[in-house]
Amino acid sequence: MAQDDNGGTEITPAASSAVDHRPGDAGTAVIVQDAVENPGFPPHRARITDKDPRKQRRAERTIYTLFYLSIVGSIWAIAAYIAFPIESGKISDLRISTLAIGLGMTLALLAIGFGAVHWAKALMVDKEGIDIRHPVQGTDETRERAVEIFQEADAESGFGRRTLIRNSLIGALVAFPLPAIVLFRGLGPMNEDPVKLLSHTMWKKGMRLTRDPSGTPIRASDVTLGSVFHVIPEGLNDKEDALDQKAKAAVLLMRLEPKDLHPSPDRKSWAYDGIVAYSKICTHVGCPVALYEQQTHHLLCPCHQSQFDITHEARVIFGPANRPLPQLPIEVDADGYLVAQSDFHEPVGPSFWERH
Amino acid sequence: MTATTAAETTAKKRSFTAAASNYIDERTSISGVVKEFGRKIFPDHWSFLLGEIALYSFIVILITGTFLTFFFQASQAEVIYHGSWVPLKGIQMSAAMNSTLNISFDIRGGLLVRQIHHWAALLFVASIGLHMLRIFFTGAFRKPRELNWVIGFTLFVLAMAEGFTGYSLPDDLLSGNGLRIIDGLIKGIPVVGTWISFLLFGGEFPGTAIVGRLYTLHILLLPALVVAFIALHLVFVVVHKHTQYAGPGRTQQNVSGFPILPVYAAKAGGFFFIVFGVVALMASLFTINPIWLYGPYDPSPVSAGTQPDWYIGFADGMLRLIPPHWEFVWLDRTWSWNIIVPVLILVVFLVVVAIYPFVEAWVTGDKREHHILDRPRNQATRTAIGAAGVTFYGTMWAAASSDLIATHFKLTMEGVIHTLQFTLILGPIVAYFITKRICIALQKKDRSVALHGYESGRIVKLPGGEFIEVHEQLDEYERWRLVSYDTYQPLMLRPNSRGKITFVNRLRAGMSRWLFEDRLEPITKGEIESGHGHH
Repeated sequence: MAQDDNGGTEITPAASSAVDHRPGDAGTAVIVQDAVENPGFPPHRARITDKDPRKQRRAERTIYTLFYLSIVGSIWAIAAYIAFPIESGKISDLRISTLAIGLGMTLALLAIGFGAVHWAKALMVDKEGIDIRHPVQGTDETRERAVEIFQEADAESGFGRRTLIRNSLIGALVAFPLPAIVLFRGLGPMNEDPVKLLSHTMWKKGMRLTRDPSGTPIRASDVTLGSVFHVIPEGLNDKEDALDQKAKAAVLLMRLEPKDLHPSPDRKSWAYDGIVAYSKICTHVGCPVALYEQQTHHLLCPCHQSQFDITHEARVIFGPANRPLPQLPIEVDADGYLVAQSDFHEPVGPSFWERH
Repeated sequence: MTATTAAETTAKKRSFTAAASNYIDERTSISGVVKEFGRKIFPDHWSFLLGEIALYSFIVILITGTFLTFFFQASQAEVIYHGSWVPLKGIQMSAAMNSTLNISFDIRGGLLVRQIHHWAALLFVASIGLHMLRIFFTGAFRKPRELNWVIGFTLFVLAMAEGFTGYSLPDDLLSGNGLRIIDGLIKGIPVVGTWISFLLFGGEFPGTAIVGRLYTLHILLLPALVVAFIALHLVFVVVHKHTQYAGPGRTQQNVSGFPILPVYAAKAGGFFFIVFGVVALMASLFTINPIWLYGPYDPSPVSAGTQPDWYIGFADGMLRLIPPHWEFVWLDRTWSWNIIVPVLILVVFLVVVAIYPFVEAWVTGDKREHHILDRPRNQATRTAIGAAGVTFYGTMWAAASSDLIATHFKLTMEGVIHTLQFTLILGPIVAYFITKRICIALQKKDRSVALHGYESGRIVKLPGGEFIEVHEQLDEYERWRLVSYDTYQPLMLRPNSRGKITFVNRLRAGMSRWLFEDRLEPITKGEIESGHGHH
């Protein structure tokens, strides 16, 4: 076994090696005394193009033909640009234009590439060269001189001696970028509290449930058994920050047999005749939970496959999510339209640190 | 007077090239550079081309990306689409999406350039990944190249960041959902998550700032870093001189191959055009990222089978593999372990990749420079670790397609996820042991071939009636490839000068046993000489 527990100072196997002249400690490497010797470079084998002048001429022809073909490809691409307009808006025209220009460019590029490589492999002198490696580190003199320079610079400046100057400079250098970091506070708006924003949506008492994206209100009688509606709050499309609001307020509306629902006592009044509304934003990382499985009443998030059971208040039955989808309490207004009883009773969407 | 005459005569003889070279050299002293590097030797092997593919696809990305910036508008201002693509006419969308559609449908060759850009980006990350695997399995990260490994690793991370920021720019439905996931991921980070998300998006998700900000990162900051790191990476390749595989005549002190001028320049230059050509061919024939089918970003709709670009798959897949209910409220704060754990796993995985060279160097204590590459089989444990890592990564990556695997192979979604959860833990272990056994078996085969020759297929009947197959000996050049490699012994645990065995020493000895206990002794000259007589 190797003995390298004292930094390898006791053993210097590399030095005794007959084959390896690399400087440095070999550590736990096995140094074979009776190692097989490197036989040296094998004899050179001539290529077919070196031996047969006809093959050589043929390679020459191939190469310049390829380069001429490349010119053809470039001209073809330019011609295709002119010859195949796409302004008609027809998808077939676009396809032809893309294909024709692209294939022309492909020919231009590949022909240069294959030509150049073939030239190198078949015709350029096939003689391998050898470079000698030197240790990456500088020579001893260079390294000594480098150390000396630092010492001289230290002596001349007093960097090591004048500690007060040095340390105050280090302090200043640490402090000076801090204002730049503080400036980045401006990336977010100044007078808004993210926690407060995340805790509320635009839903409020009496706000009608409307179809996404048209914004037409929904009557309870429109919602047939087994159907699912993608819902946004009334007036969302007119909002300045419609997408921001939609990212929180999007809702899925489903009608089940009332006997299939198992609401907890305090939520019994949140549904209307088997119609329930749940936040569409996944409680995992916020994808829309858009896939409804009618038979099992499961909602599936297509991003990470979290599944929610609508019959049991959208509890998580599979996937990485933890919390059930928040439920939007709904009722019917005087005209028979579905409206919200209130905002969600908890923040919707992905979890965040301050949420509790 | 004589001087003038001399100058006149040389001027007459001089060609234009010579005059131009002289002009440049008198102002730049470039002749020194040509003298230094013109005949520099580069060794030849197909696996050395992987890094070149990465470099060339990056150049393609720079060229096509510059073209795209002339037409792309990095703004989330709402506009109504009036372009050529009929299904989206009259639809409200961001200027970013609108301009991307215009590039695709209303600018001749725009779609082609967009697709070259995207395909090249996919190839860029892929070739970096394969290049890293090549470096890992051949031990090219050993002294003196450890720092260059870290630079290359940084480039891999930067490439993924470049890819993701670019992917998000069109502001289409698919990439918007990708950003939605990033937002959810960031919000799950303890203490700072909510605020980072708020600052990144300039308020609530999605806001109107993110595309412009990602654009600055994508075309300014990240490319500048990539260019700087590539430059550094290549400077080190020149300083270290390229590694080479073991072969007759090749030693730790030389490098054999073709000179830059002319052969290597022709091959490498030609290869650039081949890479560019293949990407152009793919872009001509195959659609990539058809944003016109996805539509503009809207937080409500989503299509089934959403997937990120391939290189983000491992992160997305890791998110999918977390079982339900890994989250709780404690100390009045939400601890989202379903976010924290996958993020930690990804970070630890990447950190292990980044520091592996230093760990191995510490365990072996080998301070010599290594310029001859290992054959993967001769470093059985390292190769097995690599195989385990590939399996781990591959499982995470496969999980990003869990839904597509389920629908295409008619399996249950839950079954696929559960299988992948098991594979994530057991797969690397199985891969580790199988790979290690295969490597050691291959070592034994090498040893047997080197000592006793290979089976010639020639059956000879001996006078006594016995049949034997004649083994042919390798020639010394072929044999050299099989017998020249580094091996290490496990470290013996011994007390230090104060008579103590420290924890650090125990750890090092333990790791050394793990890495080097199962091994074959290297073949000696004596063995070969005595081995010849056997058959």
